[in-house]
Amino acid sequence: MQGVFARCRGWLAMSNNTAPAGLNNLSNMLGDKASQRFLKSSWRGVSNFVIGLAILFVIWWFGIYLISSNPSTEHFGDFGPIPAFKAIPVLWDEGTIQSAITSSGYRLGSGLLIAICIGVPIGILMGRSRRFRELSNSPFQLLRMISPLSWEPIAVIVFVTWNQAIIFLIAIASVWPVAFATAAGLAKVDPAWFKVARNLGAKPWHLVTRIIVPAISFDVLTGIRLALGVAWIVLVPAEFLGVSSGLGYSIQDAREGLSYDHLMAWVLIIGAIGYVLDSSCVWLIKRFSWHRGDQ
Amino acid sequence: MSIRGVRIKIEELSHRYTSKSPITFDKVNLEARQGEIIAIIGRSGCGKSTLLHILAGLLKPTDGSVRLDDVLVNAPSPQWVMMFQAPHLFPWMKVSQNVGIGLHFAGWDESKMRDRVNDALDLVDLQDYADNNVQDLSGGQQQRVALARSLVMEPELLLLDEPFSALDAFTRASLQRDVRSIAKRLGFNVVIVTHDIDEAVLMADRALIMAGSPGKIYDELEVNLPDPRERHDTEVQAMRTRLMEAFKTAANEHPSTSSKDASDESSPHNVTQHA
Repeated sequence: MQGVFARCRGWLAMSNNTAPAGLNNLSNMLGDKASQRFLKSSWRGVSNFVIGLAILFVIWWFGIYLISSNPSTEHFGDFGPIPAFKAIPVLWDEGTIQSAITSSGYRLGSGLLIAICIGVPIGILMGRSRRFRELSNSPFQLLRMISPLSWEPIAVIVFVTWNQAIIFLIAIASVWPVAFATAAGLAKVDPAWFKVARNLGAKPWHLVTRIIVPAISFDVLTGIRLALGVAWIVLVPAEFLGVSSGLGYSIQDAREGLSYDHLMAWVLIIGAIGYVLDSSCVWLIKRFSWHRGDQ
Repeated sequence: MSIRGVRIKIEELSHRYTSKSPITFDKVNLEARQGEIIAIIGRSGCGKSTLLHILAGLLKPTDGSVRLDDVLVNAPSPQWVMMFQAPHLFPWMKVSQNVGIGLHFAGWDESKMRDRVNDALDLVDLQDYADNNVQDLSGGQQQRVALARSLVMEPELLLLDEPFSALDAFTRASLQRDVRSIAKRLGFNVVIVTHDIDEAVLMADRALIMAGSPGKIYDELEVNLPDPRERHDTEVQAMRTRLMEAFKTAANEHPSTSSKDASDESSPHNVTQHA
């Protein structure tokens, strides 16, 4: 758990460097020394963002250039960045990107929602009841280490539709980070806060709404961010089979149609959406964090 | 803010944590006048902190009763609030939100709440910090916020569980002086539990000495000193010597065996005397 936490903090710190570009305007209005420093650091963030991605694309381009200049692998030239970028507007105009995002988003959202609805109460139980924590530790650790995709054959038998099976896979992949993060958050709740609140006339629901929820929101959101990362990884391979919509299906479809430019376009889209989703989580975490040093 | 004190009546109060554990304290009787400030001095393990928790309604006595103007104390209430050694503020809230939390629990509306919170912040000299996050405040300021959070409820009785022992000497002295003057101005009762004899002399109208295991009140002294009291006043010094003597006598005759007082947060703490 500690390890997971340290990792989250690390990610947070990294993401902080890539500050949004829109903030430049804001600091122009301030114009003092602190804002100059801020401007400088956000400018640095933006340039790091652009240069870092540019280096990635150059390496990609150069690798494919080398491969396609070999006569025996000439026809792999479509794997390069330029055909991929050209394919994106084509796919967009067809409407395939929009419909893939819609169906994948629905599966991801439903799976995560189920994971949160189950994971947060389990986490609260783990955090509050020592007996439950001790009893549940080994089964949960065992279940957690089962690769979510290995549930697929079972899920397909149990659920009527492939859609439901995929949602189940996402839920089971993401329930653990949410549950463990919630438990860790609750462990940091100071019991004296309850004593103080009771002393000042708090009713039981006040303890939940005014203390537990704000106290653990940071950790729950961190857990959701981790869950989203896992769910995003599970989503694509889960969509390889059975369904005829979504990002995973689209990749599979492009491969079978030998349209490598479309295939790479989908890879890029998956990366970009994942990046945006993760950054939104970071923004939310920062918004709800009351821990000093994380802001 | 209108606050009035109460008559405190503690009768035959006894406590043990479980039926098998030893008696924390046995048949304590105590009465206090309306608006009186009482200090209970004792070593850790004599049950003084447990006694305070019972006065706050946070613990139930095994036997006996606590009455405030004939109202039986058997549950926590904003009418008798406790301040702890640490401020225990809610770090996700601003100063004003922390101070107003009790009013929020009581279902006050926003504008009435704001006025009352401002009054309380005025009392503790923190009016300029209303919008700060409590994590940006010093230890002494945080304890002042905790004080305002208690005062905002207009309590009849304020219970202090060694609330200043974690602060530096300078901050501690100013808080001791301020709490006494606020209590005297508004007229509410205060019960202070402390191992610091100076604190008892500087703050209390009457000092009780608790010792032994199970704990019992063995001695009491009226602290008839004019305000404001300063540490270096000869009368304060003389009072401190008398209290120290009384304390030593009680402690020698009734030694407390070990620290069984689960509510005492900081141990070991012996009775200290500042030079």
